[in-house]
Parts: sequence; structure tokens; C-alpha cells
Amino acid sequence: MSEEQIKNLEDQFEARIARDEKIEPKDWMPEKYRKTHIRQMSQHAHSEIVGMLPEGNWITRAPSLRRKVALLAKVQDEAGHGLYLYSATETLGISRDEMYEQLHTGKAKYSSIFNYPTITWADMGAIGWLVDGAAIINQVPLCNTSYGPYARAMIRVCKEESFHQRQGYEIMIKLANGTPEQKEMAQDALNRWWWPSLMMLGPTDDVSVHTEQSMKWKLKRKSNDDLRQQFIDQTVPQADLIGLTIPDPDLKWNEEKGSYDFGEINWDEFWQVVKGHGPMNKERMKARLGAWERGEWVRDAAMAHAEKKQERKERQAV
Amino acid sequence: MKENLYNYILGIADNSLILGQRLGELCGHGPTLETDIACTNISLDLFGQVRSYFQYAAKIAEDERTEDDIAMLRKEREYKNVLLVEQPNTDFAYTIGRQFLFDVYHLAFLSELEKSKDLTLSAIAKKCIKEVRYHERFSSDWVKRLGDGTEESKAKMQDAINTLWTYTDELFHQTEADKTMVNEGIGVDVTTLKDAYYKSVNDLLIEATLEVPESKYFQKGGKEGIHTEHLGYLLSDLQYMQRTYPNMEW
Repeated sequence: MSEEQIKNLEDQFEARIARDEKIEPKDWMPEKYRKTHIRQMSQHAHSEIVGMLPEGNWITRAPSLRRKVALLAKVQDEAGHGLYLYSATETLGISRDEMYEQLHTGKAKYSSIFNYPTITWADMGAIGWLVDGAAIINQVPLCNTSYGPYARAMIRVCKEESFHQRQGYEIMIKLANGTPEQKEMAQDALNRWWWPSLMMLGPTDDVSVHTEQSMKWKLKRKSNDDLRQQFIDQTVPQADLIGLTIPDPDLKWNEEKGSYDFGEINWDEFWQVVKGHGPMNKERMKARLGAWERGEWVRDAAMAHAEKKQERKERQAV
Repeated sequence: MKENLYNYILGIADNSLILGQRLGELCGHGPTLETDIACTNISLDLFGQVRSYFQYAAKIAEDERTEDDIAMLRKEREYKNVLLVEQPNTDFAYTIGRQFLFDVYHLAFLSELEKSKDLTLSAIAKKCIKEVRYHERFSSDWVKRLGDGTEESKAKMQDAINTLWTYTDELFHQTEADKTMVNEGIGVDVTTLKDAYYKSVNDLLIEATLEVPESKYFQKGGKEGIHTEHLGYLLSDLQYMQRTYPNMEW
């Protein structure tokens, strides 16, 4: 294809996106579009899978049968999201095994929030309320993103995430209205998860590298700073309502701009965790890799069995 | 309180409780995403069943006990599950083997419990049976895959079956509560399920190109609360929150 032809295709492609048309797997797309989507969608899928670990940590110790069932269902939903997102990413010409390989070698990232430990039951509430809350703010705009399979996946994912968020908040309500010990547990969880949740919405706009291109492709519709402000404005009243205190002495309502002013985020901590040196990075990777390696003989067996079955079928047909 | 009925329900429910708890340990650590989802799903089904049984037991108890008290605040000797379900997740073959050996029994048991004169138990059985039919299909398929897969998987699956075999006979033992409930037309006479059970299991093992264990030595005791050493550790996780923070709501 000549340069002019490619340019022509690119113009048509951008015009389609501008008209809000969806791009489908068999459509022509610029290589950069494909690569950017593989990066973001697989990162999203990995986050769902790694995200199962901190919450999975409390399944065996959930305080009541009702909570245990709800937690199991939630973690199962996350596995489902992972599966769904891996499949959507495969439509761009990469296999799930290749994506795993990228995760295991550290080439692909996952959300840094999952590199923090879940040390009390209240962390299950805080994760649902804050982490899923921040995730929804990130993801709702993606329901209208330009790549069809991703947009459709996000519609389903968002529905379930908003259920998880309510479930998490409900755990916090119960704790905040419980005994002093329970309330303290809730406050402690909020103290530990608040700042990492703000970081989850990404670096500030002045240092965010992907924003401009992603905006054009509708992979991103609002800047990180706007999303963060939205999250804070939405969450502070929820904390007030249940009598918990946001751990930020600089947090103050700003009448003029109609939103909250907030304190300085510790970006050194953010980059430390992103670079692999958070409290649980090594543990999380060890758990994922361990499951993968321990499962190798199982996957081989399933493959061998399927081949044998196929052979038998073919022999019978002859 | 109807003591025998209460104990009878606990005997049924504890199997689901302990097996559900074992499967819950695996969440996020499975060999594939699909098996991870399936095992979590089975765990979820089992805990759903547990809730139905214990809510009923709590009603019968006629005191302040809740489903959670019954599930999480008994002493080790008061759990009545069979030894099979408390066996650890040694590897995926053990997880599947344990599931399969229990599912075949569970399905047959529920088919009989459905006919119980106790309408609540019959209704619970009717609901559970749909779920357990799926469990049995999942675990049978995997026994076949692992048995008739690679040399390595065959050896692992055979090892798991050989080890777990010793816990199968207990499924068909009757406790005193069982006998009374059978006489009242409420309980299932598990002794009548035994022959069909071994026939189904043996047929599937042969189809999976595995050998049927010949051992005639069996372990029992779970139904009387005499467990293997594994159970205590499982209970310390299960009971952790209720023991550490007594009398609180979650």
C-alpha cells in the first residue's frame, strides 16, 4: 500500500471515530491504535485477575455466611471480567497465553492498587467502596469508547462494578454503625486505602503521557485530574454520612469552584509501587506465576485429552 | 427442640460447609481462569446450600442461635462432616478427585432427600440437585481429562484417587440421628446408595483409563466428630472473625 493510500485510510478511520462509529475487529485500523488498545485492554484484564488476590485473601475468613457468599460472588465476577476482557483483547490479534507471558515477565502492568495488603476484614469494605468506586469513574466513560468489543465489555463490567461498590459501602456502613472496635477497623481501612485510591486515577495531567492520543480515540474522555476530582467530590459526603473521617487535613470544600480542595498526593509512593516496589508486588506476582506453573500439567493434560478425543472421533468416521 | 432432626441437618450441611471452605481457598489460584471460575462457582453453590440448611436448623433450635453461630461457633468435635471433604487441596488432581468422589454421592443423596416427608428438606434438596448435577458433570469431565491426558496427569489423578478412596466408605455409614430420621421417613438410608455409588464411580474411573483401587481398608469418624488433623486448621480460618470479635454483626 502506498503512503497516500495509508493516509487516506487513516483519515477515513479518524472520521469514523469522530462520527462516533464503532471500530470492529475486522475493520482496518492503524497499527498504533491496535497496539494502544492491546496495552490498555490487557492491562485492564490483568488488573481483574491480580485483583482477585487481595480479596481472595479473606474468603476463608469472612465473618458471616452472607458476607462469604457475597465475597465469593464478587471475586468470581472479577474472574469473569478478566475472561471477558482477555477475549475482547484477543480480537486484536494477541493470544491469552501471550498476554499472560507479558504479565509474568513484568512487560504488562496491572493496577497498582492491588499491591497493597488486605490486613483486616474492613479492607473488603474499603476496596469495594473506594477501589471499585474509583474504577467505575475510570470505566463508565469507556462504555462509549471507539473500539466495539471493549465498549460492549465495559457496559457489562460497569453494571457489576457498581453493584460491588454498593456492597463495599454497605460493609463500611455496618462497621461504622457497629461497636467501637468495628468503627475503628473501618476508619483504619479508610486511612490506608484513601490515598492509593486517589493515585489509582493516574498521574496528574501535566505528566500523563498517553492522554492526548487516548482522548482522540475515546479511550479516555476526561483527564486524570478531572476524574480524581469527581471521585473525591462523590466520596467525601459518603464518608461524612457514616461518620468516618477522610485522612486529609487539607481537605476543604471550595465554594467558589463547587468542589473539594485536597492535600498533596505522595507521587513518590505511587512511582515506587508502579516500578514494582510496593508492599505486595512480589507476592502478587509470585501467586500468579505459582498458579500458572502449578497448573501447567493440568493444561497439558486437557490439551492431550482433547487431541485423543479428536483422533478417536476421526478414526470412527473413517 | 427436635434434637435428631437438628443433628441430621448438621450432618448434611457440614459436608457442604467444609467442602465449600476448601474450594474457597483456591480462588484466584487455579490452573486456568475457567477452572478458577468453576471451582469458585461450586464453592458459592455449596455455601448457598449451607445457608438454607442452617437457617432451617436455627429455626428448629428454638433459641438465639443464628446460621452463623451454627456454622462458625462449634468446637471441632461438633462438626459432623465426612473426612473426605476436609482433605486438603494437595494439587488439582486431589481437588478434582475429592470433588468427584463427593459429587457422585451428593447427587444420589439429594435425589433421595427430595422424597423426604420433611417439606423444607425436600424443597432444599430440589433446589440443590440442579447445582450438584453440574458439579458432578464438571468433576467427572476433569477426572476423564486428567486420567486420559498425559502420563503425568494420569499418575497424579491415580494417586489422588488411591489416597482419597479410603474416605469413601464413610459416606454410607449411618449415625443414630440418621437411623431415627430414616424411620420417620425424613432421612435418607445411605446404606442403600452404596452399590450404585461404587458402580458409577468405578465405571467412570475405567472410562478415564484409571485403575479402581482395591484397598478394603477405610477411614471413618467424621460423622461422629472424630476428624483428621486437617480440620482444625480449616476451622481456625472459618471461625477467626467470630472468635476474635464475639457477638458482633457484620
